[in-house]
Amino acid sequence: MKITGLIVTILVGGLLIYAAADFPAWSDPNSPASTYLSPHFIEKTMEETSVPNIVTAVLADYRSFDTMFETTVIFSAGVAVFILLRTFRRKEPEARHYRHVLTGVTMRIKEGKLPPSDDFERIDTLWTPPDLIIKTVCRLLIPFIQIFGLYVIAHGHHSPGGGFQGGVILGASIIVLAISHNLRTVVKRMSEKLDAVLCAVGVLIYAGTGALCLLLGLNFMDYSALASVLFVDPIMARSHGILIVEIGVGIAVMCTMVWIYSNVSSRGRYEQGL
Amino acid sequence: MSDLISIIVANYNYWIYITLMMIGLYAMIAKNNLVKKIVGMNIFQTAIILFYVSIGVKKGATIPILQHGHGHGAHTVVHAVDYVNPLPHVLMLTAIVVGVATLGVALALAIRVYDRYNTLEEDELLAQIREK
Repeated sequence: MKITGLIVTILVGGLLIYAAADFPAWSDPNSPASTYLSPHFIEKTMEETSVPNIVTAVLADYRSFDTMFETTVIFSAGVAVFILLRTFRRKEPEARHYRHVLTGVTMRIKEGKLPPSDDFERIDTLWTPPDLIIKTVCRLLIPFIQIFGLYVIAHGHHSPGGGFQGGVILGASIIVLAISHNLRTVVKRMSEKLDAVLCAVGVLIYAGTGALCLLLGLNFMDYSALASVLFVDPIMARSHGILIVEIGVGIAVMCTMVWIYSNVSSRGRYEQGL
Repeated sequence: MSDLISIIVANYNYWIYITLMMIGLYAMIAKNNLVKKIVGMNIFQTAIILFYVSIGVKKGATIPILQHGHGHGAHTVVHAVDYVNPLPHVLMLTAIVVGVATLGVALALAIRVYDRYNTLEEDELLAQIREK
């Protein structure tokens, strides 16, 4: 297998290198990729959508149909991981472990459970005390990471950014919380149900904006139809439509990242995760 | 000789992506461990992302965000040669996030396989399946 693989790899690589000789030279302004459609995008984006960031405009306006299904792919990936891994057969553990938060005393209860309170937190059998430095630094950093994520989504019209990037940053901030503390801390703040619902809501915001344009009498995803709802001129309406759609993408991406992480890290049990 | 050098200078970036791509392809074909195959798939993906982004490059052009979009100096004529091609950036932007999501699905499948067969090595898996 190794030798066959090596031969196949070298053959394919050789063919590709042979074909690469016919490719346009690197950074050639007249290459085919840069001559047909992209000049239109670069020159007309500002007057047609009033968005200076061409990438955002192409992503959420000119190619919005494509992006909608990319978001759907991400959502379905989240659902697929959930269906593959989540186990609902709840085998109650013989004993539960609790830790007194202030003193750090751990205790084991053979049957039953403690009523929920702030003094005791439930811990896993594999529990190790979180490192004080990591915990404190993450606690200080996470709000700033989240504000930066929101900025990246909201300012995606004028600077590099948008729903996908901002959503990943927001998701990463929650995953940092899960790594530095534990999965229970995350689930306490953002339950599995909320996660899944928000995931679907993000996609719904995107598709709903498109459907709203359809209801208002123009094509699917033609945001200039929103002008009568948002009380702006049709060009500004396209800019605002892009923002609405990007917010939907951001929510969907953030929740899918957290959803996939918590399922993969705890093997679908949502208990003894990282 | 100078001909050859000009070909190399014009095309060496493609060779780097092809090398990366082949490293990924080799890992997918020849590695025995499923997680290593997934890593190979990711290397392959990264090569394609680099390839696409490099297609968009233009000499002497800046990032595809219009300068003086609003306010003072607005409505100046925009020339396409001043900005790099935005299309590959758009395509790869979504591909990166979708790549992470599909990586999650691949890892989930690997976890299920390990739960069932207690191994991630391909030859051991095949032996166990044939026994049944």
